[in-house]
Amino acid sequence: MQTVMLRYLKVGDWLTLVLGAVCVVLLTFKLWSGELADQAIIRSGGKIFQTVPLSRNQNIEVPGPLGISLIAILNRKARIASDPSPRQYCVRQGWLQQAGEIALCLPNQVSVELVGSRKRYDSLNY
Amino acid sequence: MRIEDCSEGVTERGADEGVNSRLAPRASILLHTTAEDHHVARMAAVALGLTVLEAAIPSPLPGVKPGLANIVTLIVLARYGWRTAAWVSLLRVLAGSLLFGNFLTPGFFLSLSGALLSLLVLAFAQYLPRRWFGPVSQSIFAAFAHIAGQMAVVYWWLIPHAGIAYLIPIFAAAALVFGTVNGLIAARFINNAVNSD
Repeated sequence: MQTVMLRYLKVGDWLTLVLGAVCVVLLTFKLWSGELADQAIIRSGGKIFQTVPLSRNQNIEVPGPLGISLIAILNRKARIASDPSPRQYCVRQGWLQQAGEIALCLPNQVSVELVGSRKRYDSLNY
Repeated sequence: MRIEDCSEGVTERGADEGVNSRLAPRASILLHTTAEDHHVARMAAVALGLTVLEAAIPSPLPGVKPGLANIVTLIVLARYGWRTAAWVSLLRVLAGSLLFGNFLTPGFFLSLSGALLSLLVLAFAQYLPRRWFGPVSQSIFAAFAHIAGQMAVVYWWLIPHAGIAYLIPIFAAAALVFGTVNGLIAARFINNAVNSD
């Protein structure tokens, strides 16, 4: 069975196969490597509250309509440590590390977005 | 295909063409179909059957499908040329959307964009030297074109967010695997036909 099927592969087909495989591997490396983030953009009520570098460990209190969201930055990672939102989705999202990652606390209108040195497509402002 | 208004000429024609026409229902518009039309319709029906069959296969990720109908497109391309293949492919997309009830929905435009870009690439890929390149190459090229067309529509129209880039490696890998498998199946059918001739 196997050999019967392989008979239909000509030299060029093998070439195409290898080329395709190389493309897939390159795409995977390019798109899944995910550059590390440099900065965290903290938004409150749709406006930028503060842009902080990830290099310094700190805790930031962000006021929202429901109360204070506490954002922690530690070892080049960021997370929402506590938030008054009822379902705690953004808190449970945990640590954000790669550029493009984002945690949204919709009820309290607070968000943290990580960006790299090169700004990627901004879906929030789209 | 020729569409002819013959609301006045039905009885006359019936007399000319004998029993079959007289038994046919009176129509104000007759579609004069050629043998090629019938052939396109038959192949499109086969492709449609494969589409329905494939809809029953569960997929781990929406959008990752084997694309079995493309086997038919490849066979038609090899035997009857690009024009017929385009007819079969586009008819399959249209009729499939009517069948699944997603005509003019995003899903329809995803299929259409994929099919159109595949056909465009096949228009070039069919001129690859036959000696070294078989249906498998065409199939792989078409599969990659298919996801490229779909991702373009997704990005420009449905989800304009860079996040969909994370899905591209999965779709590309699926395109490679299913493109190869479909190409092998198509090659088998095409070779069988050549041998039996």
